[in-house]
Amino acid sequence: MRGPAARPRPLDARALAALAANPGCKRRALLDGAGVDKGALAAALGSPMASGQSQFAFMRGNAFEARVKSDGGAELMRLLGVADPTGLQLPDLSAAGPDGRAARTALALREATTAKEWTLLDHPMLALEVAGSPAYLEPDAVVVHPDGQWTVVEIKSFPMIDASADAAKVGAAARQAAVYVLALEQVAARTEGAQVAQSVLLVCPKDFSNLPTASVVDVRKQLSVTRRQLSRLTRVEDIAATLPQGATFDLERSGDELMAAVDSVSAAYAPDCLAACEMAFHCRAAARTDGDISALGRSLRGELGGLTTGSAVLAAARGEAGDPRDPAVAALRRAAALRAGALEAAGCR
Amino acid sequence: MSLITTLARLEAVESGRASPLATVRHRQLSEHPLVLVPLTTAGEAGAPLGALIGTDRQQPRLLTVAQPRDRELRFAFLAELADAVLPYLEAYGDDVELVERNATDAESGKRIKEEVELCADAPQLIVPGRAGIDFVRLLGRSMRFRRTVEQDPDAAYPAPPHVPLLGRWLTHYGERARVPGSSLLLAATDLLNRHWATGQSSLEDQHLGALLAWIDPAEGESGAQAALRAESYRDPRGQLVCPPAGPATDPAFDNRLLAPAVEAYDRVRQRWQAAQDGDEADSWMGELAIAEREIRRLLRTQMEPTWHSVWRAIDLARELPEGARVADRWTRDRWSFTAHRDRVRAGEPPQPRRDDAVTAARKLASRETAQAQLEAQEALDDPLVLAGRRLSGEAFIGEVTDVVMAWSESKRPAPRPLLTFHTDDRPHLGERTKVYRSLDGKPQSAEFVRYETDGVLVLRLTDRMGRAKDPAEGSVPEKGDRIAWTLFEHDQRGGPKLPDPEETPWTHGGPPGTDAESPDLITPEDLL
Ligand code: SF4
Repeated sequence: MRGPAARPRPLDARALAALAANPGCKRRALLDGAGVDKGALAAALGSPMASGQSQFAFMRGNAFEARVKSDGGAELMRLLGVADPTGLQLPDLSAAGPDGRAARTALALREATTAKEWTLLDHPMLALEVAGSPAYLEPDAVVVHPDGQWTVVEIKSFPMIDASADAAKVGAAARQAAVYVLALEQVAARTEGAQVAQSVLLVCPKDFSNLPTASVVDVRKQLSVTRRQLSRLTRVEDIAATLPQGATFDLERSGDELMAAVDSVSAAYAPDCLAACEMAFHCRAAARTDGDISALGRSLRGELGGLTTGSAVLAAARGEAGDPRDPAVAALRRAAALRAGALEAAGCR
Repeated sequence: MSLITTLARLEAVESGRASPLATVRHRQLSEHPLVLVPLTTAGEAGAPLGALIGTDRQQPRLLTVAQPRDRELRFAFLAELADAVLPYLEAYGDDVELVERNATDAESGKRIKEEVELCADAPQLIVPGRAGIDFVRLLGRSMRFRRTVEQDPDAAYPAPPHVPLLGRWLTHYGERARVPGSSLLLAATDLLNRHWATGQSSLEDQHLGALLAWIDPAEGESGAQAALRAESYRDPRGQLVCPPAGPATDPAFDNRLLAPAVEAYDRVRQRWQAAQDGDEADSWMGELAIAEREIRRLLRTQMEPTWHSVWRAIDLARELPEGARVADRWTRDRWSFTAHRDRVRAGEPPQPRRDDAVTAARKLASRETAQAQLEAQEALDDPLVLAGRRLSGEAFIGEVTDVVMAWSESKRPAPRPLLTFHTDDRPHLGERTKVYRSLDGKPQSAEFVRYETDGVLVLRLTDRMGRAKDPAEGSVPEKGDRIAWTLFEHDQRGGPKLPDPEETPWTHGGPPGTDAESPDLITPEDLL
């Protein structure tokens, strides 16, 4: 579906968190499930989104993570509250391919749990099946406690100033971490004596320094939301089955063909897509063309009863359409009359 | 979003232009605001990259950091920033008026009157967007605990003079910006969004360029088109035509233009430092100046469009007549400024890292009051805002159709006239619900008595009619008067305009004393 030449883009935790944030969107579910490079697709459709990270931020992120993990993991264990992790194990997790690495990680997790020793897994690989497609997830680290508990460690380079960090960034990190916990739970289910902590360790630079500090973030809420949302995703095969014959997301094809294929799968655009999905400019343009009021905000539909387009709302407000006994229509007319009256009173019209 | 706002947005979608959300201006605009357009280094907290700043739109001052990882260069930037900001702030500190206010005598515990200074005007800082306000706060936090050589001769990395002081002022402005209706520190986007509705979502409204595109589109272009251009058009080198309003830069700018320029600068600097003799050093010095100029030029290209946008936003907001109660809120801002001036002059330590519980609770309470007050004042100043409150049943407009004199049943009967009132609005009135109208700028109250028929109700006027048996002249509405009644109180605070609790200077038994906090821990390399 993505074309023979293109290598599939595996889902990562951030993509999964974004997917879970908009489970009603079949378009995204299909594109992600088929491993289509959405950024390239959006560009081919003529609506590219800015992408990429500043190399300054990238360098800092890497340098900070290296610092946190330096000294054989002692610093990280200290942040976890373990002053003397005698015999800390650092298993080698390298293997060929994501499947190999995931298997290697699962083995290391089992061994560590049986051995009942502190173990630090640096960049383990976890596999998770989402709506029928495999996703590979790579948390920054996972720590196995001697009592069989597994803790996800997230290392971020935004600062924790006076012990608190930007709430939006912490929220995003927590949603991402919840995906890791979810994936770990599947391995834990097959491992005797293992239990995945429902809190993760978030490590950030302290104040304006490069010294790490950490805080324990409870992700139970994110976990249940993500679990529920991911289970609501329509299976990719089912979506694919509804595609017209020959529909393709092969980027070698013409823009028109791609456009037709993309538009044949239903979307659920809302402004939050702008921060979460590479297709947002394309979907926004389509939503605007349709006059879909969700383009102005997800909550709008609830307020406006059954009206879904801007022109329908305006027509109802102006008394050109709609049943005045419908409370939503009546409220709109009152609002429009009050607004017009006030503007007139102020001499604005 | 209220239905009225939703309609305004949909009208904007239809017409391709922003539509009004206010008929007057609800924020103070200084005659000489200080505009600040800051840039920060991606991934580094509190490592500024550059700024355009000034009160003269034709001549902004350009401040840049050639290598943000170099502490010396960052300190030099902050010193320059202090030099640009502090004289502006301090100029407002000496022009004062004397105001009488109530106080409690420390010895006798009696209520007394005292005269205090109130700055006649306050300096105003305007940044492009909310991220700019956060950055002001962050800069304030990063600077106020620094120590200068004067404060601590043993400081490992002493900050230039004035930098800690600038940190305290920026902290104060950043905190004040959390108070609803305050205008000491404004974001241009907030200013515009308060007064206009665009045809895009409130998320997209945070982009100053896109927002202006809706409010002030070029001839023959729709707001949506112009906004799309501002958001996403790139030149052949992949650079945004309308760079982000900061403080974050566009990654494509960082990677394609800035990073190579910084690398070139670093290379030349290494050569210069390694120079064997004076002549060689001199020639590398010249190269260094060239490399630095290139970085300055690049940063200017990223900030200049935003600089003009902020001034454009100010122009647009200035076209609206000022709301009648804006000056009242600005007086509170002046108190806030004056109080901080007093704290600085009294040699108080910088604001603590975290508020103690009492201060935090007080701030929260005073912000809630400010919010209620702002909503009331905006509604009283602006028929369009009032329309929203009428829609939600919290206000009603109509006409007096009859007045019947009546008196209270007490030894000294007081006037309690009954008004019959016709309105098409649907206020949420219950038995004896209090309602208020504005009489010579002061609230007069009445209570709801009953409905006569649909749209006709009876109110009993309850105050502001004088002490005599008969109401004072002009204090009772007459038949035919059109009146706006509100179910909310007009002045949430009442009484004289006192400074907010947290603004009470320590010379007046002010906030709980905090010991000077220790400076932040500084490591030899504080950046990665
Ligand atoms: S941008 Fe489009 S494809 Fe992406 S989540 Fe939103 S609606 Fe779905």
